[in-house]
Amino acid sequence: MHFSEAMPAGFFSLAPWIVFFPLLGLLVNLIFGKRLPERAIGWIASLASGAAFVVSILLALSLREHAEGTRVLLAEWIHIGNLRLDWAFRVDTLSVTMMLVVSGVGTLIHIYAIGYMHEDVRFKGDPGRYRRFFVFFNLFIVAMMILVGGDSYLMLFVGWEGVGLCSFLLIGFWYDMDTLGRPSWANSNAAKKAFVTNRIGDFGFLMAAFLMFWSFGSLNFDEVFAQAPLLAQAMPGLVIAMTLFMLLGVSGKSAQIPLYIWLPDAMAGPTPVSALIHAATMVTAGVYLIARSAPLYVTVPAAQYLVALLGATTALFAATIAVGQYDIKKVLAYSTISQLGFMVAAVGMGAFVAGMFHLVTHAFFKALLFLSAGSVILGLERGHHHLAHATHHGKEHDPHAHAEVFDPGDMRNMGGLRKRMPVTFWLYLIGTLALAGIFPFAGFWSKDEILADAFREGYQAVYWLLTIAAFFTAFYMGRQIWLVFFGEARHEAAAHAQESPWIMTAPLMVLAALSVLGGALNLPGLHSLTSWLEHTLEMVHPGEFIFPVAALSTVLALLALGLSWWVYGRRPLVAGQVDPLKQAFGPLFIALENKWYVDEGYWAVFVNRYIALARWLAEKVEWAFWHEWFHDTVLVSGFNFLSQKVLHLRLDRQVVDAFFDGLATLTGRIARRLSPLQNGFVRSYALMVLSGVVLILGYLLLKG
Amino acid sequence: MIPLAWYIALSAVLFTIGALGVLVRRNPLVIFMSIELMLNSANLAFIAFSHAFGALSGQVFVFFVMAVAAAEVAVGLALIVAIFRTKHTINVDEMNSLKG
Repeated sequence: MHFSEAMPAGFFSLAPWIVFFPLLGLLVNLIFGKRLPERAIGWIASLASGAAFVVSILLALSLREHAEGTRVLLAEWIHIGNLRLDWAFRVDTLSVTMMLVVSGVGTLIHIYAIGYMHEDVRFKGDPGRYRRFFVFFNLFIVAMMILVGGDSYLMLFVGWEGVGLCSFLLIGFWYDMDTLGRPSWANSNAAKKAFVTNRIGDFGFLMAAFLMFWSFGSLNFDEVFAQAPLLAQAMPGLVIAMTLFMLLGVSGKSAQIPLYIWLPDAMAGPTPVSALIHAATMVTAGVYLIARSAPLYVTVPAAQYLVALLGATTALFAATIAVGQYDIKKVLAYSTISQLGFMVAAVGMGAFVAGMFHLVTHAFFKALLFLSAGSVILGLERGHHHLAHATHHGKEHDPHAHAEVFDPGDMRNMGGLRKRMPVTFWLYLIGTLALAGIFPFAGFWSKDEILADAFREGYQAVYWLLTIAAFFTAFYMGRQIWLVFFGEARHEAAAHAQESPWIMTAPLMVLAALSVLGGALNLPGLHSLTSWLEHTLEMVHPGEFIFPVAALSTVLALLALGLSWWVYGRRPLVAGQVDPLKQAFGPLFIALENKWYVDEGYWAVFVNRYIALARWLAEKVEWAFWHEWFHDTVLVSGFNFLSQKVLHLRLDRQVVDAFFDGLATLTGRIARRLSPLQNGFVRSYALMVLSGVVLILGYLLLKG
Repeated sequence: MIPLAWYIALSAVLFTIGALGVLVRRNPLVIFMSIELMLNSANLAFIAFSHAFGALSGQVFVFFVMAVAAAEVAVGLALIVAIFRTKHTINVDEMNSLKG
């Protein structure tokens, strides 16, 4: 082990390996993967991620001894003038918490994906993409580790863009089809939507970084935070601008209003992607960013209030949309947006520990829910596949079975899966209870801490928005449980669904255990996470357990679950039946179904205008003006005039040519005059020599 | 003692006769003889100066000149023979094929 002043002790010097291990796995699969069997590819990727997890645990163990953390310099990067940026890892309690979540949950999802992708690539009909998936997956872990491990805003930005790239690559993983497997560009359009939306957010991040460099002369966390209070006193507007630009970045990456619209479409990616990137880790990067920038945010309460309000509004807004969705993954996607709203609200209020606590528990139970949903979807695919084969072998031809486009993610095709997929059912139920915030599951503790902090800190509006959002959360999760697992099968495929293999369910059991026990991280009274994080975030203080708040949220959650039973459980939906809420509320529910028409609004306000502007620029400005008129008319005729009339006729013919022609004529003329001198008579040459000698001698003699 | 100027005058006269001979005569043999006359007028001047100034280098030069003159006559006579074989004349005025 390496001991020096820069690196106190312990395993800190291992920090770069959180990036190198997944990078190694990526390279092995990239270079040798073609010759390896599927299982080997999956396990190499999982081991690479697992090794990063082991390193994270070692870092955490070292932090128990040296809680102040350290900075591990890997290489110098940019040294220009005052600007000093290095590839350096910041190992402290906050970054290691993120590393543990990313690599831990990441490894479980890697293992799950070994089984999931094995079947998915076959149902989609292209087994060759199996390796590509794990290469992208490892690349994501690499980028995410750079993001959470970085020591400066620029290194964080490298990871930020890296995870954005992986998100794009994996949303568009089945780029040549739509979510139902039909040839289409729907999936790649979803990927583009995510990418473009995130670019808008990244603009905000970059502006914040530029402002920081402009005002602090540095992008290193320590140097920025050290100068932040002074600047906040001198020029509070600058810090507010900084934090609000950063908030734009957060709203892009962490799917908050107004940029959340990409996340539901991102469900086009394979389910492990939705679980790892679009639920557990990448989308929490924004929350991490605010928590990391806590010393900056606490100096400007106005910005903090806006962040909290934005998060809370998003939480409620997305929760309402989730009620009106039929796609099992779309519900979870809106739920993720909503829960991210909880986290953003928490870190906005200054309840950084509560936000991070919810981030961790949410990573557990939302990964669990997504992966279980993946198990459900594959179960239906298996049932559908089984049916297709049965009809194919049984009857001669049944055009109906082939013409029908089957959506294995549509909850209206499910029902009664409790009996067909019992393991998945129990896992899903645990995830649901954790997300709904039922005592004593993990979600109860973390959500309650956020609510209690909002209540205690006097954020009334935030508190009530979040409480209502929590009610909706329990309701739409209950709706999902009743629609998916109870009642009778509403589709033949659901009736023949098959349980998933152990390689998929085993990681789920670990996640389920974490979803049950995750609350132990920061139980009221113990505050282990608070005392862990306060080494990094000095301003945090232990939250209090406020019984009325906890009681109210629990009662509301139970009430919502009961209500969902009353609507969906009491009389289960039958095939072809309209959603009961639609019957009851009509237009309101249709608005929910259509996501409050936000996408349509964006199309009307921005996208269509933008397309019209782009078309005008392309057709009128670029083509008609620049190409047709300016280039083809003005430039070409001008060029012709210049080259033909001026350069060719005037300059070349009349000046250059005339000069050289004249020179040639002159030389010829002189030569003709002189040529008689060379008459061939040696004697005349001799006479010339003699006269020359006489002249020169005469000159020399007479001169002197 | 004959004064130095006389020698020089004789040398100049001989040189002039030689130069005129080269210029006006058409027979290459006579031209060669004229060239010899010019060379020997130069030799005379060398010897005169050498004697007058007591420097031996002038006499050494004369030997050089005589050796070069012998070589020149050998090459020149060979050329005249070669020319006569092709043109059947040695009149120098006939040899004007390098006219410009």
